[in-house]
Amino acid sequence: MSDTHAQSVAYVRDTMLPEAEPPASETGVVKWVRANLFPDWINSILTIVAIYFLYKIVSGAWPWFMNGIWSTDSLAECREILQGTTGACFSVLTERWNQLLFGFQYPNEQYWRPTLAFILLFVAAAPLLFAMYVPRKVLYFTALYPFLAFWLIWGGTIMVPIVALVGIVAGYIVFKKLEGNSFAAGLFGGIAAAAITWFIGGFIADAMSNFLALPAVPSRDMGGFMLNFILGVVCVSLSLPIGIVLALGRQSHMPIIKWICVIFIEFIRGVPLITLLFVANVVLAYFLPPGTNFDLILRVIIMITMFSSAYIAEVIRGGLAALPRGQYEAADSLGLDYAQSMRLIIMPQALKISIPGIVNVAVGLFKDTVLVSVISMFDLVGMIRGPILASTEWNGVYWELWGFAVVMFFPVCYGISQYSQWLERQLNTEHR
Amino acid sequence: MKRSLVIGATFVAGLSSAAAAATIDDIKARGKLNCGVTTGLVGFAAPDANGEWDGFDVGVCRAVAAAVLGDETAVEFVPTTGKTRFTSLASGEIDMLARNTTWTFSRDVDLKFEFVGINYYDGQGFMVPKELGVSSAKELDGATICIQTGTTTELNLADFFRNNNISYEPVPIETNAEAQPLYLEGACDVYTTDASGLAATRAAFENPGDHVVLPEIISKEPLGPLVRHGDNEWADVVRWTLNALIAAEEYGVTSANIEELSGGSDNPEINRLLGSEGNLGEQLGLDADWAKRAIMVGGNYGELFEKNIGENTPIGLSRGLNAQWTDGGLLYAPPFR
Repeated sequence: MSDTHAQSVAYVRDTMLPEAEPPASETGVVKWVRANLFPDWINSILTIVAIYFLYKIVSGAWPWFMNGIWSTDSLAECREILQGTTGACFSVLTERWNQLLFGFQYPNEQYWRPTLAFILLFVAAAPLLFAMYVPRKVLYFTALYPFLAFWLIWGGTIMVPIVALVGIVAGYIVFKKLEGNSFAAGLFGGIAAAAITWFIGGFIADAMSNFLALPAVPSRDMGGFMLNFILGVVCVSLSLPIGIVLALGRQSHMPIIKWICVIFIEFIRGVPLITLLFVANVVLAYFLPPGTNFDLILRVIIMITMFSSAYIAEVIRGGLAALPRGQYEAADSLGLDYAQSMRLIIMPQALKISIPGIVNVAVGLFKDTVLVSVISMFDLVGMIRGPILASTEWNGVYWELWGFAVVMFFPVCYGISQYSQWLERQLNTEHR
Repeated sequence: MKRSLVIGATFVAGLSSAAAAATIDDIKARGKLNCGVTTGLVGFAAPDANGEWDGFDVGVCRAVAAAVLGDETAVEFVPTTGKTRFTSLASGEIDMLARNTTWTFSRDVDLKFEFVGINYYDGQGFMVPKELGVSSAKELDGATICIQTGTTTELNLADFFRNNNISYEPVPIETNAEAQPLYLEGACDVYTTDASGLAATRAAFENPGDHVVLPEIISKEPLGPLVRHGDNEWADVVRWTLNALIAAEEYGVTSANIEELSGGSDNPEINRLLGSEGNLGEQLGLDADWAKRAIMVGGNYGELFEKNIGENTPIGLSRGLNAQWTDGGLLYAPPFR
């Protein structure tokens, strides 16, 4: 052993060579391009083909976009100016901008109201979405926001939302007082108190119908992207709590509650959304007495909420099923009752697991709101397909309008998805 | 199950007949006419940039509102799609439907509606690019044809080609809006739909002159306003308002000379129409000026036509079948006496 070593020692270098620069083909941009775009001949061909198509798309769309005309009154004028050259007619967006956002019946001078409600939405949502950065006191504003937004968008006297709010508060106080006796007494007492408050408040609101009244805008006049946004926000925020309740109900040991939840979820999931919307729009009208005016937007909100809460319930059930049994047993062994164990131990974990699924449902739901255009409501898509493409001025403008719809929907959906990824990172407590 | 269905049906029928019993009183109490229109069809009904509804069908709604309520703006336009229009009318959500709806046997009889007249005689036609050099639909052997699926036009087309013993290749499409770019890109040689729709589509092209509408009309599509079965008084009001517009054109009553003529004229028919003679308005349950108000809204039938879809509009439809019977058309209002 030592002999071998003795012979080789003469050839052993005893100092390190200085580090050489890596070859030019293995550093920087060249390396990146080689590794990612041209690693072997199949990928090289694919890269070249892809670049070719990208070039074709950009070179085709660029003049169309750059020659775009923004200030004419009709498609015919656009064509006159373009004289046969390629170019977009974006004037339809500038001329019908308000209609695309608010529908064609919302009164012009009241546009500030939905806009203000939209801005306040971010203030109200901030403490829910970014709990760690926003003072908790803002939550009071969040609780008031639905009533404020209703008053801003639909108008009428402020007494209506105030009475609704007071009724809920009264119900809550009675519930808290009676809850000590039994949960059921609290629940029914609370509902009764709220109903009585609303009943009496109804007369007060009628009597004071001019108190701080904004001009009322009926539901039929809502439209444009505003309608998509109202439906999306309301239905997502309602379907999350309902979905949680349904998911827990489905796991309940009480057979009636369990079967109600199972049947509800399975029935709603087994029916297409568009069918539910048709029921809301046309079939209900047969069963209601003539002359009853059951608000169309309310009907649609109920249907979409039912639909998405069934899906969210199943997503959350997946989260619940993923929790090890030990978590339930640990909660029991600590002596927590059902509500405490769910609130403190089970739900925080189950919801964290369910985030991607919930976000998936939320994004899908937001896009599904355009289905209301089929039941002759004028949301963004309804506005484009109906009044705008059917006007004599703009008949024949397609790319500009549908491109605009993409530009409106994409940032919202992408924003939701990015937020959920950020939230997942924030809540990541595992170390793997 | 069966029984509950029957009870439900009776209940529904009871409700709708209760609703229909006095439509005109409901409208007067409400102060507004609920009129069903399309969600948008060029020239026939579409809201403009200010959100005001305008168009040929809209003109009928406004005329009825003016006749009944004395105010052409007292109309609540309820937009309906092809799928929701009949349920909206049957359920009482709307009082009348003026939505370029073809009068067919089954719609009149089976769906229990009352077509009160025809305000536009349409028919299915063909449009081809001029460069094909086709001058008749019978030369279309082997052509690819863009056609809306699930419509009567599809069946009409099959019948026409079979009768003439020639073949074609259908390219199914969903809506007119979809057909427009497909046809222009050359995905099909021919586009077929109602002639008024063809004219409107062609008018929106960059070079309308490069396309021709062939002379053959292969189907009958009489379009008209309709109401529910069971309230004949209301049906009479809508029917005779439409007839008043048509008759006014025949007698030469226009929005320009109506003030002068309503004071009384040499023509007793005009006098009865405009209420200076007889009690036609009273018989309808309206006042004597009903027809005058209806005509003053947008003028007589001819004026409405010219303003919305006539030859001087971008849609550029000629009167054709929709001319007065005295000019060789089919419009023929029964006498006002």
